Amino acid sequence: MTGTIGASVKRREDDRLLTGRGRYLDDLDLPDALAIAFLRSPHAHAKINSIDVDEALQAPGVVAVYRGSDLMAIHKPLAPKVQHPMLKELPRYPIPCEEVHYVGEPVAVVVAENRYLAEDALELIDVDYDVLPAISSTAAALAEGAPLAHSDADSNVAVTLTQRCGDAEAALNSAPNRLSGEFRVMRGGGHSMEARAVAARFEPATGQVTVWDTTQSPHYARQQLSMIYEMAEDDIRVIAPPDVGGGFGPKAQFYGEEVVVPWVAMLLGRTVKWVEDRQENFVSAMMERGQTHRIEVGFDDDGKLLAVRDHIEHDQGAYCAGLQVPSITTSTVPGPYKIPNIHTELYACYTNMVPTSSVRGAGRPQAVFAMERMMDRIAEHLDLDPAEVRRRNLIQADEFPYRVGITFRDGSPLTYDSGDFPALLEGTLDKLDYERCKRERDQARAEGRHVGIGIAVYVEGCGLGPYEGAKLRLDNRGKILVTLAAAGQGQGYETVYAQIAAEAIGVDMDLIEVVTGDTGRIPFGQGTFASRITATAGPAVYNAGHQLRERLKDTAAHLLGCAPGDIEFDGDRATFAGDAEKSVSLQEIARVANIGKHGITLPKGIKPAIEVSSYFAPERAAYASGAHAAVVEVDPDTGGVKVLKYVIGHDCGNVINPRLVDGQVIGGFAHGIGNALYEEPVYDAEGQPQAASYLDYTLVSAAEVPRVELFHLHTPSPLNPLGAKGAGEGGTIPAPAAIANAVEDALRSIRHRGGVEDGRPDHSGKQPPGGRARHRLEGDADGARSATIQRSPRIDYAPVTPHRVATAVREAGH
Amino acid sequence: MTDNITVTVNGKQHTATADDRLTLADFLREKLRLTGTHLGCEHGVCGACTIIVDGSAVRSCLMLARQADGAELETVEGLAEGGKLNRLQQAFKDNYALQCGFCTPGFLMSVTAALREGPVRDEDEARDVLSGNICRCTGYQGLVDAVLETSKEMHS
Amino acid sequence: MKPGRFTYHAPRSLDAALALLAEHGDEAKVLAGGQSLVPMLNFRLAQVDHLVDINRIGPEFAGPKVTGDTVTIPALVRQRVLERSAEVAAVLPVFAAALPQVAHPQIRNRGTVCGSCAHADPAAELPTVMSVVDSTFRIASARGTREVDAADFFQFHLTTALEPDELLTEVAIRVPQPGTRMAFKEFATRRGDFALVAVAASATVDESGTVTACRIAAAGVAPTPQRLHDAEAVVIGSTVDDEAIAAAEAAASAAVDPTGDIHATAEHRRRLTAVLVRRALAEIKGDQS
Repeated sequence: MTGTIGASVKRREDDRLLTGRGRYLDDLDLPDALAIAFLRSPHAHAKINSIDVDEALQAPGVVAVYRGSDLMAIHKPLAPKVQHPMLKELPRYPIPCEEVHYVGEPVAVVVAENRYLAEDALELIDVDYDVLPAISSTAAALAEGAPLAHSDADSNVAVTLTQRCGDAEAALNSAPNRLSGEFRVMRGGGHSMEARAVAARFEPATGQVTVWDTTQSPHYARQQLSMIYEMAEDDIRVIAPPDVGGGFGPKAQFYGEEVVVPWVAMLLGRTVKWVEDRQENFVSAMMERGQTHRIEVGFDDDGKLLAVRDHIEHDQGAYCAGLQVPSITTSTVPGPYKIPNIHTELYACYTNMVPTSSVRGAGRPQAVFAMERMMDRIAEHLDLDPAEVRRRNLIQADEFPYRVGITFRDGSPLTYDSGDFPALLEGTLDKLDYERCKRERDQARAEGRHVGIGIAVYVEGCGLGPYEGAKLRLDNRGKILVTLAAAGQGQGYETVYAQIAAEAIGVDMDLIEVVTGDTGRIPFGQGTFASRITATAGPAVYNAGHQLRERLKDTAAHLLGCAPGDIEFDGDRATFAGDAEKSVSLQEIARVANIGKHGITLPKGIKPAIEVSSYFAPERAAYASGAHAAVVEVDPDTGGVKVLKYVIGHDCGNVINPRLVDGQVIGGFAHGIGNALYEEPVYDAEGQPQAASYLDYTLVSAAEVPRVELFHLHTPSPLNPLGAKGAGEGGTIPAPAAIANAVEDALRSIRHRGGVEDGRPDHSGKQPPGGRARHRLEGDADGARSATIQRSPRIDYAPVTPHRVATAVREAGH
Repeated sequence: MTDNITVTVNGKQHTATADDRLTLADFLREKLRLTGTHLGCEHGVCGACTIIVDGSAVRSCLMLARQADGAELETVEGLAEGGKLNRLQQAFKDNYALQCGFCTPGFLMSVTAALREGPVRDEDEARDVLSGNICRCTGYQGLVDAVLETSKEMHS
Repeated sequence: MKPGRFTYHAPRSLDAALALLAEHGDEAKVLAGGQSLVPMLNFRLAQVDHLVDINRIGPEFAGPKVTGDTVTIPALVRQRVLERSAEVAAVLPVFAAALPQVAHPQIRNRGTVCGSCAHADPAAELPTVMSVVDSTFRIASARGTREVDAADFFQFHLTTALEPDELLTEVAIRVPQPGTRMAFKEFATRRGDFALVAVAASATVDESGTVTACRIAAAGVAPTPQRLHDAEAVVIGSTVDDEAIAAAEAAASAAVDPTGDIHATAEHRRRLTAVLVRRALAEIKGDQS
């Protein structure tokens, strides 16, 4: 063992990226490539009467213009990634011919000498539309008598997903305490700094098409293209370039543009390239997040959860690209808590906005937001410390595997594999210095400042199947080539998988090269999504590495005349028990076993072709977990929120490269801060995007993201030989909940201003008896229990933008 | 209209044609094939296309190539010294200040210009220097550390 | 996001620039820093036939000048240059306070002070500051020159007194009287964003500490920077005491009639105006809040 697993090895990718030698799609030298631009619908919902392209065809530099009706051979619906038998599927065509369903949907494509000329031609295409009523929220979609988002559908509901465990209804009715809340999480985007891009080149001599695609899932893309084009999969080579500028989910989806661009290359016999610009990205890259939760909890007087019922509206967007997000939401609600009775009911709605699918966090931040906001409300109701309420409900470390009682999105019963939630929470609170923070908060309140503390805990299903694979080969130069189907977008695969391979084979990392994301190099793969690659491709590389080690030792032993067990590796040489005199280089091994001598029989005992492959299929998902704690200060005058301190406790099992895991967590956290406080792609009532530039869609900069203190636990997953879980999303998932909890806590200090206690701020940090804010319960017959008194401002939205804080303060009567 | 323009990039003079409307970023990428400068938003917010023009860090997506006629330009391709990462580049690597790397050239050029103006003394100043560029991967902590470390080395 | 077709002109003198503007009128647009115009061109929200790049009209337009009782800021003074001018800061420190809140250094390195004024974004910082200092906008065209003050220059959302053939050649600012203090307060979503609301205030106090002159203007609440005359009136004659500040805050709140948008409701903008007026006056008074 070389001990490379677990070491913070510096990234191999960095030198080229730091010197401007990265090879992102638009950097690839594709001589004479034509530029493609898409004409996109300016309407959220409209019937297409006619499209006149004559003038555009005459424009300088234009090579071709196609409408949907000109490309009938590929006029086939794109399949949702994750299906459901009850899903009312509406066809999503690469370029629709009859009706458009969101602003940004492609209606025509221009091919020209360069992008400037292509955009000129877009302005010359004349489309005659009949504008139809649009749906721009789930509330509008579900309203009685609502117009239809798709004219030929019979309802705006795509699917209803229900999860049940026990009898939540009965448990809520008999619970000593019952609280409800309504929470809305707004849409948010992926916003990789490199937008999407596709280039394609057709080789008439071989009948093969090569597709460069910024996709997170090249094999998925190839499979879809193979079906739509009715071509053999081996005639389509999809390459995710060596450098892809971020993914975060939207690039894991499959889009119409990915069908159109290679097809146009084949039609024209020319190399073509489409590089999505930011304006397009805002209206055509899939988004996520939009959900409304009406959640109700029942609990005893100690704060122990008895039941949770959550009614969820999910904004599916104009089409269903897959049900992964809503199904993850339903199974994330219970989190790390023991809840005997669970009932979630999800209504996925069609709307006239960009389709939604996974964005870093993928359905989890919303569920955690609803649940963790309620945990704070329980604490407030019972006058308990929010940490204590959580403590009393956590699944204990000796209760794994823990069956929650509902089903995860991978199809298996939601069963937490391992973890130590109490240690995670306590460790996070210790790192925060919770008691001191509480004292400081109370002191600040005494000075008239508005400081609050927020905690949020979560469990994250990750490491999903079905499988991922790796091919390891001793190449003819004596290097070991690790080929992954998985494509990276900045995670450092070239480094991490060299570490795993080096450890498994028992050689130096220097001897290992890693290539990724090319269907021409490895036949099977799934893709980078759902924080799954370390826990799937990792074991595949690890297992293949062990096999390769045996092959190398076996060959070397034959060449050196010893037993395989006597072979030790030293640099690039296999030695007999470390003796340099009795050794053979890896290149010599390759020469014998791989290159051979033309027509000459192999030496006795030598097995040909030192190549192994391994596919790892996890039995079921693994579960990472974490706890976030935030201290914020709110300025109720401006609505501004400043994060004073932030601690993340994170458990993703065993880690391969600790610094890279830190990077994943902290990077995910920045995205979470965006969702918590800033990012919102607002649509108006007509479905027109209102925040389609970075002046209006506020991505966070270094000035907005606070420093994070990290605390790690490593409870290995028993489901794979590395004990690894996913690390890519935990930083994001609970951040909106932790921040909202902290903001609401900060605003508790203004509850009594001008109220019962007339102007005197509450210095205790506790609620005075009888001063507890209580939510009026819908349909609650017990009037005494639902008495509403003056309450502190409520934070029911993510993001908590300044105007939402200001509105909450005002609505609370201050 | 198209005209020839002459620019000096990283000390080397180039003459090439530029359409009136060609942006400086596209000129560098398409005409000179210096593809280290990236386009992230083309409206001046993300900072990925930041280069140094006559000593000042600017957005190359918001300048026309014709405007740069006669100018001295510095791009990410010119930072390494004798084939080795320079101090700032090395600090980026040592502090894990990049992941996907797409925004990195813009950050490097912004920080290069800022550090020439003077030291960056503390975390707040570092965050201010970095705030004109967007990174979606790292959460900025490594970038802050890299700036402070380099400033300390350069200005101590 | 590539700009539409246009003809690029790079005149080598002011006269040449004015001649081009006279020739092309409505079909021309002046390119100075380009930090607002080029994004609009890239989005194709703006399309022009002729772009008149004034960056080569002469080095004499590149630096601010302080002469006697006047600070002049010619057409090519970059925002960053003004921000760092010690000479200007000595007499008009409000620019050094306001400019760091204008976007980011990379933008201020190109963006010009006059360009920001001519663009006249209602949420921009510089027009607001220009509305509280004693500023004169000097305008030239082939037809001649003229001068207007801030109240007349800023006419509407993205609209100024400039005719299509005119160029803002410089802004001249009278050095404030002794005893004048200024403050600039802004609330923006992120660092460098356009203000949700910004307030610039200026007050001149006599030896007894009584305010003899006061100007307050807000950005983000109206189609142009809005002078808050009622608030100014309650400050004049006061010692900027708590009572006067509270009255100014109330007057400011009553005076503005902002519209809501996706970033802030009308009510939030009104509240911000009052809060920022209070904070600006408190700073003028010397409080730390």
